[in-house]
Amino acid sequence: MERNVAQIALFAALIAALGLVPKITLAFGVPITAQGMGIMLAGAMLGAKRGFLSVMLFLLLVAIGLPLLAGGRGGLAVFAGPTAGFLVGFPIAAFVTGWFVEHARLRHVGLRAFIGAVLGGVVVLYAFGIVGMSLSLGKSISECTMLMAIFIPGDLLKAAITGMLVAAIAKARPRALGWTANA
Amino acid sequence: MISLTSPVRTRAHGWPAGAKLLALACATTALFLLQPLWAQAMVLALTLVLYALPGRHFLGHGLRQIRVIWPFVALLLVWHAFAGNWPEGIRTALRMVAALALANLVTMTTSLGDMTDLLHRLLAPLRRIGLPVGVIESAIPLVIRFTPVLIGKGRMLLEAWRARSPRRANWHIVLPMALLALDDADHLAEALRARGGLNPLTEE
Repeated sequence: MERNVAQIALFAALIAALGLVPKITLAFGVPITAQGMGIMLAGAMLGAKRGFLSVMLFLLLVAIGLPLLAGGRGGLAVFAGPTAGFLVGFPIAAFVTGWFVEHARLRHVGLRAFIGAVLGGVVVLYAFGIVGMSLSLGKSISECTMLMAIFIPGDLLKAAITGMLVAAIAKARPRALGWTANA
Repeated sequence: MISLTSPVRTRAHGWPAGAKLLALACATTALFLLQPLWAQAMVLALTLVLYALPGRHFLGHGLRQIRVIWPFVALLLVWHAFAGNWPEGIRTALRMVAALALANLVTMTTSLGDMTDLLHRLLAPLRRIGLPVGVIESAIPLVIRFTPVLIGKGRMLLEAWRARSPRRANWHIVLPMALLALDDADHLAEALRARGGLNPLTEE
């Protein structure tokens, strides 16, 4: 009980910290928000249910007025803006990522986390984000998909990094991943 | 941790948070139902007056909070200018800015304490049907406490990196941060248990 709550709270804090730690640049020099990686990590590390709760807790704190989103944004306004769909998709993305890592029959932990992160953190997240953007900007789904397409390679890269990180964490803290036990 | 509440006291700071949220929900719905261009412009103008009323500092602070919207406004206007139906673009842009600005106004005039009190009351029905919502409420201060802790540790890791490597810090830094979060979670769980544990049973 306490361990679950502590992990849910700490991962919510980690997602926030990843948004505020200054500039993490990728190998190509592309600046990315590591926050999206935090969402993928929460799902891949904690599993579907706890990952979902962790991201929900994070969003709750953003909604009540804490500037925890990347770039120090927060408050109710972010849920009214054109990128609100992505925020709605965050917990679902963590859930899908977690669901995949829990159920996939793949021996390789990192590969499991990578595919889970692609399904949750890219496919599902962009589905929500694009629908939200289309509602807010009054553009069609395909137009919004075109707008967002430039960000997809970066997020695929984040999913790959998530896979590598989860594989490394599984080695460093074998007990931390609840789902590797039944691999 | 500094919340986004404006330090400039306004009369709206004293209003009940629930009423402000309800008003926000109504106003945002109205924005989507109002079709005429002049009505959308009126709402935005009214919102700007609300921002300007408490003074210059409040206005400046508020406008900084909503600056992320401008690229989207520019995108809409350029897009519609090319498509040739600019009234549609202006209407969407007005609605978007007004909705965002109104929501931000509620955040700026409501303290974190008022928000958590409101949350406590909103969760009450769930508590009555036996859901362990007390756990949610006890998790909120934990996150507020541990976010700066993790940020601090992240900064230290970055400094350690800079001291030792000629290259810029990259995503590798996330690994020790995640491990630190996991270890902190274990320590925190032990500490909570040692102090009698979280008490969802009283609510369950």
